[in-house]
Amino acid sequence: MIDYIIRLMPSMLSGLQTTLEIFAITLIVSIPLGILVAIGRQSKIKPLVAVLQVYIWVMRGTPLLLQIVFIFFGLPIIGITFDRYPAALIAFILNYAAYFGEIFRGGIESIDKGQYDAAKVLGFTPAKTFKRIILPQMIKIVLPSIANEVITLVKDTALVYVVGLGELLRAGKIASNRDASLTPLVMVGVLYLVLTALLTVVFQKLEEKYAYYQ
Amino acid sequence: MVLSVQGLYKSFKGKPVLEDVSFELGKGEILAIIGRSGAGKTTILRCVNNLVKCDRGTIQVDGMYLCKDDGEKSNYARQADMLKIRKKLGLVFQNFNLFPHMSVLENIVEAPINVFGTPKKDAEQKAMQLLEMLELEDKVSSYPFELSGGQKQRVAIARACALNPMVMCLDEPTSALDPELREGIAVTIEKLAQEGMGVLLITHDMSFAKRVAQRIIFMDEGQIVEERSKDEFFDNIENQRVKNFIGDYA
Repeated sequence: MIDYIIRLMPSMLSGLQTTLEIFAITLIVSIPLGILVAIGRQSKIKPLVAVLQVYIWVMRGTPLLLQIVFIFFGLPIIGITFDRYPAALIAFILNYAAYFGEIFRGGIESIDKGQYDAAKVLGFTPAKTFKRIILPQMIKIVLPSIANEVITLVKDTALVYVVGLGELLRAGKIASNRDASLTPLVMVGVLYLVLTALLTVVFQKLEEKYAYYQ
Repeated sequence: MVLSVQGLYKSFKGKPVLEDVSFELGKGEILAIIGRSGAGKTTILRCVNNLVKCDRGTIQVDGMYLCKDDGEKSNYARQADMLKIRKKLGLVFQNFNLFPHMSVLENIVEAPINVFGTPKKDAEQKAMQLLEMLELEDKVSSYPFELSGGQKQRVAIARACALNPMVMCLDEPTSALDPELREGIAVTIEKLAQEGMGVLLITHDMSFAKRVAQRIIFMDEGQIVEERSKDEFFDNIENQRVKNFIGDYA
């Protein structure tokens, strides 16, 4: 049994690596993009707000799986072709930026208008007000919701199997079919649990870090 | 003269809030604007601090035009001048609007350092002086949520003083305070005036205005109804609207 698990390790770890890559790249790009979406949603430029509303509606209103399929299998029909990896990443980033954008917008809107007045009378430009006053307070407010999304993202990465990328779930499924064994699937489950446990701890620490004020 | 307001008009959604408001504030003078809520007091303060733009009128702060009426509309100062004017103005909000994520010291030095480029050491030294004057030295690394209402107010005053303003505005300074703290804020306001600032305070607290102000403006329905020195104001109240408002304090 132990021997079998050790033999599975290389393919599992390679799958885990792909999972972690998609997870990390999606986060690193979609969080700043989400902040821009949130700022854009508050803009006075009506067409921009309308475009962003449609974008958020589509991204939240259709399955992520459909979005991945659409970009990888659908767009080539009209001549836009991506490799599997970038296709999956584009879908994940666009999808998660929409969710993050809405979370950030909620966070920004919950900050007292008096904070803007105070910053204005002290001479802050709108950009400085956002960076020094609004953003730090927003982060504290949105952390629990962001933690939720990030944990969902770890599990959502399994969806990239549809374009044939060798991530964790796919590695487990191949081994399970080949060896007619349940063990690889259990291993996959355990690895996801370890990842989400780690993330839970990381977000707990972050929330503690922001607990210094009320 | 550190503040001059001439012919100020402002309406919100067609409803006039300020109509032809004019007054001046001298160096070291304490002026109280009184009146019931909705009389337009806070709008004056927000216009003077450029939180709302007036429709018509001229506002001058220490010789610089915040906005100037050209006979048809009011034209506002350019961005670069606006920052210079901001530096001459301090505003203490009714609910203080301290930055909750910053310590007392950070609240005070934030604008000097990050907006006006004061060296950190100088800004902190100045902040410590202010905290000493306001008897808050021991709260320097506290956060706003750890402070009482009176302490928060003094931090807000220190923050507004950090840029060495010529005009200090206070919006309802007694509204968030326990009655026994009112004498304390009165003394603080007098200290600011002694430092040479013109103090413009807005209140519906008649006894407080009587205690601290040198001159009193009474407003009703967006207009100045009475303007007198404090003693004259309380000695001969002729106007019926003022009489109604003042009631027991006369």
